Amino acid sequence: MSVPLLEIRDLSVQFGGVRAVSRISFDVQPGEVFTLIGPNGAGKTTVFNLISRIYRPTSGTIRFAGRDVLDLQPHCIAALGIARTFQNIELFEQATVLQNLLIGQHTHRCTTLLDEILFLPAARAAERAFRERVERVVDLLDLQHYRDSHVAGLPYGVRKVVELGRALAVGPKLLLLDEPSSGLNVEETDDMAFWIQDIQRDLGVTVLMVEHDMSLVSRVSDRVLAMNQGEVLAQGTPDEVRAHPAVIEAYLGTPGVHA
Amino acid sequence: MRYIFKTDYDQDIRLFKHGGQKFWYGVLGIVLAAAPWLFSEYQLAQLSLIAIYGIVGLGLMVLTGFTGLVSIGHAAFLGVGAYAEAILAARGWPFPVSFAVAVALSAITGVVVGLPALRVRGIYLAIATLAFGFILEEIITRWESLTGGNSGLAVAQPAAFGWKLETAPQFYYLCTLLAIVATLAVLNLLRTPTGRAFVAIRDSEISAQSMGISLAAYKTLSFAISAGLTGLAGALYAHKLRFLSPDQFTVLQSVELLMMVFVGGIGSIHGAFLGAAFLIALPQAISALAPHLPASLGSATGLQPTVFGLILIGFILFEPMGMFGWWFKARTYLQLFPFYRRGMFRRQKSFQKSDRLR
Repeated sequence: MSVPLLEIRDLSVQFGGVRAVSRISFDVQPGEVFTLIGPNGAGKTTVFNLISRIYRPTSGTIRFAGRDVLDLQPHCIAALGIARTFQNIELFEQATVLQNLLIGQHTHRCTTLLDEILFLPAARAAERAFRERVERVVDLLDLQHYRDSHVAGLPYGVRKVVELGRALAVGPKLLLLDEPSSGLNVEETDDMAFWIQDIQRDLGVTVLMVEHDMSLVSRVSDRVLAMNQGEVLAQGTPDEVRAHPAVIEAYLGTPGVHA
Repeated sequence: MRYIFKTDYDQDIRLFKHGGQKFWYGVLGIVLAAAPWLFSEYQLAQLSLIAIYGIVGLGLMVLTGFTGLVSIGHAAFLGVGAYAEAILAARGWPFPVSFAVAVALSAITGVVVGLPALRVRGIYLAIATLAFGFILEEIITRWESLTGGNSGLAVAQPAAFGWKLETAPQFYYLCTLLAIVATLAVLNLLRTPTGRAFVAIRDSEISAQSMGISLAAYKTLSFAISAGLTGLAGALYAHKLRFLSPDQFTVLQSVELLMMVFVGGIGSIHGAFLGAAFLIALPQAISALAPHLPASLGSATGLQPTVFGLILIGFILFEPMGMFGWWFKARTYLQLFPFYRRGMFRRQKSFQKSDRLR
């Protein structure tokens, strides 16, 4: 295999006495869709928060494209090319969809404060360029209709898509999707699956996601890693992981112990 | 109802979105320019004050309305600007230079006050700025060699290179011009990455950070810009008052300023000026009404603060969008007539917001 895009080695984090993640290692290859599954509290979202530097790991390393991520400030992660969505949607509620997407372009800012205050030609040109790139995302995700709506008034399903769009607007190499289908109906989940495939194939973005919906996982994932209580249970293709005895045990319990 | 057919990205970038706006702001511009001939000298002085408070309102709007950081210490920045201007004007500095120094000094003070903002948030930040307000008030009182302490400080008229702004219309033009410049600067900022970063921090710090926005840098910047604008207003305020004393820059003043932006409509540029007009007009309305009230009520010492407080409570309960909200709703009503619905602007509780990552 080629050089991994994301390389996680012996990653652990401890909150007081709780080991949320313990000695996790995995690689994400460029261009693949890699999914973390596991029961609630398995530490999947914690892994995401470690990668996006919201938490500091107790031990272990995270390398992205050969660079040590742990040396960086949390806000430098996006500039590296890692964008993420949140499990409970963290959009900018009082702004329009367009503004939300434009904020995604923040790492591409190339104007100085003076350019902006005086709105010099450089600022105008930058705004046009941002808009052009954002429009591509709008086009991909069919958000034309909602461009000027405030996020606060949008239905849940649309917000979920806007959040995906905002992450795409960053122009990432690696996209972290935290439960992209949670709260979506069947049709919306279907759309989400198509988009994830489009993002992978057409945009060439690597996707690391946390997901519970196994049909979605099987449809889009190249590889799956199952976690439970902060540890790796199994890793492989979706079918391999689904058939793994440790995974079945984590989800359904040990056979024979029910009285 | 007006439909704007968009064919160009610039239509979303430009400040005036359609001809109607150009027309009405043009009318406003003409009225402002013709004000010395339209209004009495007293009214002109009131208009100057509205412009000054409007600039403070802009400053607070940047910080509280757009970045979501509450400050109960803004009178202190007003004080820094005012005293800097008074002291420099007394040394004979031309006013464009001394104004710039006053703005810079306030902005630096803003950065210093903004530093705790990187560590504390919400109500704790409000308390930190409150403490700062007290400290600065005390410094102004005690540093007698520079500020004249409680005996006060007289302020010279603005002058530059042998040219003096003596008459009320001249001063009015100076205030209005600076208010317009400040408004344009803030509007420009809001349509560029910096302004959007402020809004992002206000709405969700956690995702702002994930989008590559440095919370520390932009919060500090917001404090600096806000304090700088307030310092500019302070410099004008000094010339307006002609005499400075520490009791003009108390915490009560800070609270009034904060009230101004909430009544005007938090998060809108209009709100800053509507709130300023309200803040200037209210005491006059009260004193005009007082003789008609029963003597025990009309001459009560706490009448004005009580009315202020009641109005603020009323706005927060019934119209969180402030006076701008009234105007916005009235406009929407007319635009959509007869399809306006009562529930259109009803606030909805959000159940999805998570506090886990704070």
